[in-house]
Amino acid sequence: MQDDNQIHAGFSDPVFQSQSAFRALLAALSEPGLACDIGVSVETPVGLEPATAVALLTLADYETPIWLPAALRNGPAGAWLRFHCGAPLVDDPARAAFAVIDGAAPEPKLAAFHAGDDQFPDRSTTVLVQCAGLAGGETVTLEGPGIAGQRAVAPAGLRPDFWAEIEGNVALYPLGIDLLLVHGAQVLGLPRSTQIVEAR
Amino acid sequence: MTETATRQHWMAVLARATRDEVDALLQQAGPLPAHEVLKAPETGTVMVEGRAGGAGRRFNLGEATVTRCVVRLEGGAMGFSYALGRDGRKARLAAVTDALLQAEAETGPLRRGVFALAQKQQAARELASRKAAATKVDFFTLVRGA
Repeated sequence: MQDDNQIHAGFSDPVFQSQSAFRALLAALSEPGLACDIGVSVETPVGLEPATAVALLTLADYETPIWLPAALRNGPAGAWLRFHCGAPLVDDPARAAFAVIDGAAPEPKLAAFHAGDDQFPDRSTTVLVQCAGLAGGETVTLEGPGIAGQRAVAPAGLRPDFWAEIEGNVALYPLGIDLLLVHGAQVLGLPRSTQIVEAR
Repeated sequence: MTETATRQHWMAVLARATRDEVDALLQQAGPLPAHEVLKAPETGTVMVEGRAGGAGRRFNLGEATVTRCVVRLEGGAMGFSYALGRDGRKARLAAVTDALLQAEAETGPLRRGVFALAQKQQAARELASRKAAATKVDFFTLVRGA
């Protein structure tokens, strides 16, 4: 068994593994609410879900500041990201290009992240929400681009006012953050264009 | 020298050495130790900057091809290597050597090998600069129109 403080290896085949993970992330964001398998596995540092680790290895580099909860930032996960992605880890959620949050934790609010600006709405933060499950929670019906009619999702282990915050985010459109709900090796996209029809 | 400066020195020596030299150095220290490759040898380019006149403003001289590699030995020591060129095998061997050197005593066989390599490189550099110096033309001695 390896020491948890050591830095684990990243992709064994960086070119093809990052391409297939990118394809999976693209699929997740183009069909919101549909859980996609990320299809690649790496040795994951403590505190990150396997799909979170793969997504950040694929997307993050030295130009994309990452925000992590303090416990992760100062632990093996932070060291691993700095080593493999060369990404700066920032304290201020509003400066992050990517962020990892725990779906159940009360802070930080989604509004704390960068929603983009009028000239560059694409520069908003993409938030990876690590949750206890992508099914079995409170059911929410989604509607919008990439969804034929409506689609029901029920991610588990989210904080109580999470969906209200999402509604606030959708109201900012065309600004706003994009979310990826992550559990295990699965990701579920929730871009800013997806509206919530009803939360029960 | 501080610990960092010493490591910088041997990493620089390894970067300048040829693959055969690094290979021979490692063989002095016994069989290749088991290691995990954290970053497989990868080749890219870095921008080399120069200074006008050696001390003036910085400018981009051009891009240079660089190969780097990171390994970890079973004991946990991490070895890094960056070297000009595209030789992945050399980058990997140099990274293993870097990891071994960190654990080695100052009188170990690898340290002695690095010292010998450094002297050889220094001698080659001096020879090259002497050859260049011999062709130097001193324009001050030319007298025009006399």
